[in-house]
Amino acid sequence: MTKYIVQRVLSLVPVLIVVAVVVFLLIHLSPGDPASVILGDEASEESVAELRSRLGLDLPLYRQFFVWFGGVVTGDLGDSIFMDMSVTEAFFSRLQPTLSLAVLAQTIAVGIALLLGIAAARRRGTLTDQAVMGFSLLGISVPSFLLGLFLILLFAVKLKWLPVAGYAPISSGLWNHLRYLILPAMVLGFMQAALIARMTRSSLIEALGEPYIKTARAKGLKPGVVTYKHALRNAFIPILTVIGETFGTLITGASVVESVFNVPGIGQLIVSSIQRRDFAVIQGSILLITVTYVLLNLAIDLLYGLLDPRVKLNGGRGR
Amino acid sequence: MASLEPIAVSAPPGRGRIAWRRYFSNPLLVTGTVIMSVVALLALLAPWTTSYDPYSIETLNRLQPPSGEHLFGTDQLGRDVFTRVVYGIRVSLLVGASVTAIAGAIGLLVGLASAYSPVCDHIFMRICDGLYAFPSILLAISIVAIMGPQTGNVILALTIVYIPSIARIVRSAALVVQEKTFIEGLRAQGAGVFRIMGLHMLPNVLSPLIVQVSFVFAVSILTEASLSFLGAGIPAPEPSLGNLLLDGKNVIFKAWWMTVFPGVFIILMILGLNLLGDGLRDFLDPGAGSNKRFAKRKNAVRRRRRRSD
Amino acid sequence: MSQAPLLEIKHLTTKFSTEQGIVKAVDGVSLHIDPEETVGIVGESGCGKSVTAESILRLFDEKTTEYGGQILFEGRDLLQLSEEEMRKVRGNRISIIFQDPMSSLNPVYTIGDQIMEAIRLHQRTSRRQAREKALELLRLTGISDPERRLRSYPHELSGGMRQRVMIALALSCEPRLLIADEPTTALDVTIQAQILELMNELKEKLQMGIMLITHDLSVVAQMCSRVIVMYLGEVVEEAEVTTLFDRPLHPYTSGLLKSVPQLDGRRKQKLYEISGAVPAMHEVEACCRFAPRCPFATELCRSKAPSLEEAEPGHRVRCWHYKDIQANGGGSDGSGLLVTA
Repeated sequence: MTKYIVQRVLSLVPVLIVVAVVVFLLIHLSPGDPASVILGDEASEESVAELRSRLGLDLPLYRQFFVWFGGVVTGDLGDSIFMDMSVTEAFFSRLQPTLSLAVLAQTIAVGIALLLGIAAARRRGTLTDQAVMGFSLLGISVPSFLLGLFLILLFAVKLKWLPVAGYAPISSGLWNHLRYLILPAMVLGFMQAALIARMTRSSLIEALGEPYIKTARAKGLKPGVVTYKHALRNAFIPILTVIGETFGTLITGASVVESVFNVPGIGQLIVSSIQRRDFAVIQGSILLITVTYVLLNLAIDLLYGLLDPRVKLNGGRGR
Repeated sequence: MASLEPIAVSAPPGRGRIAWRRYFSNPLLVTGTVIMSVVALLALLAPWTTSYDPYSIETLNRLQPPSGEHLFGTDQLGRDVFTRVVYGIRVSLLVGASVTAIAGAIGLLVGLASAYSPVCDHIFMRICDGLYAFPSILLAISIVAIMGPQTGNVILALTIVYIPSIARIVRSAALVVQEKTFIEGLRAQGAGVFRIMGLHMLPNVLSPLIVQVSFVFAVSILTEASLSFLGAGIPAPEPSLGNLLLDGKNVIFKAWWMTVFPGVFIILMILGLNLLGDGLRDFLDPGAGSNKRFAKRKNAVRRRRRRSD
Repeated sequence: MSQAPLLEIKHLTTKFSTEQGIVKAVDGVSLHIDPEETVGIVGESGCGKSVTAESILRLFDEKTTEYGGQILFEGRDLLQLSEEEMRKVRGNRISIIFQDPMSSLNPVYTIGDQIMEAIRLHQRTSRRQAREKALELLRLTGISDPERRLRSYPHELSGGMRQRVMIALALSCEPRLLIADEPTTALDVTIQAQILELMNELKEKLQMGIMLITHDLSVVAQMCSRVIVMYLGEVVEEAEVTTLFDRPLHPYTSGLLKSVPQLDGRRKQKLYEISGAVPAMHEVEACCRFAPRCPFATELCRSKAPSLEEAEPGHRVRCWHYKDIQANGGGSDGSGLLVTA
């Protein structure tokens, strides 16, 4: 088992390096000179040159990469160009809202999705089933920001039940904190719920069709026990993988939702940094997020190995 | 009175007829194609169905609600929303189709190459893993924002983002063929790379590829709309459904029509394409469909048949 | 019959609603099993033998399945019981083992868990007692090193061992009747023999009846005292095993017997094959169902369906012409039967 863990961690290294390179190249291969973009058209030649050397932009590209990467490995992601703080500071100060949002969204999503998926699988072919499938199809067809806009129209403009946008930290009271997050969490959660419900349903249906279910019924077990103890336990493995994967996209899909609802989280940080060309922040944040994402996937893989006694941990070219 | 002949299964209808029958009995596929056809038609006939210029500004007509003159109302610069929506659909379809075609072609090649040669596999899959590790929206935003917001760059960005998913599916399907022993035999006979890839792997790969490609079409429309909404996509004043929604957001309290109509059409397109993808998957591989009601019994009978034959 | 039968099936019909309409997989099947008797049910795939077996325990989805007739067991008609009462019968009074041991065990639970679940379901025992019982069962079915096996997962065992586990599971509550649906078809020939012997041993030890479903006539010869031949949802012949092998009356039975390759036959002898294929279940018409493939079929056969008659005591057959066929020697020696290439 340890060998497996080590193997997986090591295989991450090339991925992370590729990620770092891509992130770096993205920024630095852009047409136009970053320094003059930052200072604007009216800036004088000297100030541009000065900024360039200050930012280290006059070094050859590969040296810039190593300088940056060296910093990354030792934990220094550089300083923000526009904000008066280091990238790490900027990132972690915005982490909390996004985390709250993500956790809330995921809870809503998993809760609804599991219920719907199981109901659909147990009542396959009936109206319930088709309704759930319809819901799930809708979930993946509606862009998050659009849903956000529609929900705002409904709940904030027409019904006036919830605030339109904004954010209140936990310190201002849990309910207040949640008030602002409910709409964005619903939006984020909707798409996740759709995906998870779909996966739950198909996974459970497949499990219920397996021969060992017939054996279970032939033993005289009650249908509930058969479904939950035998089928679900098997079906849960792929479901869990989907939950894990969607949590990753949740954190990142938060970008758009945060923009719509003005939640000062990481998503908004990145989007505004991209628009302002704050390279250090862009690089650092994307790197951090991607690393988290990759680590999360690793955790899921390991969890998979724990849950399924059949997992043969060989190194073949798996599908 | 029974006939003299042994009970035989009636002669199967021609392949074409079977295909039509299966098409029509597949509600997903039918709905999907209907929606997309309507939308596509709308887009194609744009110059004839709309009577306004999507760019002309008429400040006197600002923010009019839907009426006989302006089916979907006007926006904050007095432009007819219906016209802009239709042109926006055009843009979405254009971007979607381009991304799908290019990413599809490149993804196909990459996937086939990866399945065929372990060397290619390692290189390409590492790159794909790296790209895949990026949240697609962020990657796309970065590319566009850095290269400059232009339609061409949007297509480029989205293509880069979606190649890995296509390559992976192709690779999986091709690997299935690869691992069958007849490939060894072919290679021993001296069959060339392209022959093996083209003649033997390709057919196996086509169905999953087609299905995946329709989903990529759907998701690239979605992502393009998101990008435009964030200001990092199709530049104003060119109409894109995402742009229209961005405009609409600023006046959401006053002009609901600027949000609802573009929104509905985005949902229609994405829904249509998703339905198409689901329907295609059922159509091309009926065994794997969601209608598994008697697949279990069929399989059991099939298995037993094979054993006692 | 001196004793009351253990199981008596009277005119069982099982109908499924499918996309192609209603399929009558079992059409008016009647049979009985006496206590401590092994009865074999033979036939090709699709003849309804498994459906009959699973109908006894009502394992089908009752939203799409309709049962008719009676299944009498321990003084009650199983088809009239409520679902709850039925659950008390399953795995407890009547057990069933299936063909494919590979996938018939839940892969995420240990063998021990699965056996103990069956024990504790029908009997009030503590965990420790259940564990002891489980170990005993494993030993009974000839599994070595039972303590280790108890903690193993299904995929860690070989096919033969898995089938032994299935048998242990089935016997955990000492049922009166064991239904074995092609128990050895998925196993190697050498293991087959072991499993069959094990089943015989256990039958005697636990004094239970066995309904053995198979398409393999050699298994029938080895294990059964009586045989029932099914074709397309109906019983076409029923006899004691020696009688059936010596004097088959139904053309289908003779055909089956002829199809078994002989080890001592002449080298150039072509393998006999009953012409035609088993038609799909929903395509049968009101005539003798075997008529299309029967070398002796006449107009009568093609227009009226024969019923099951008792040709001699204990030997029933469903054929218009069995007397004539037998008189002409059209039995197992091959005269009068076509040989197809």
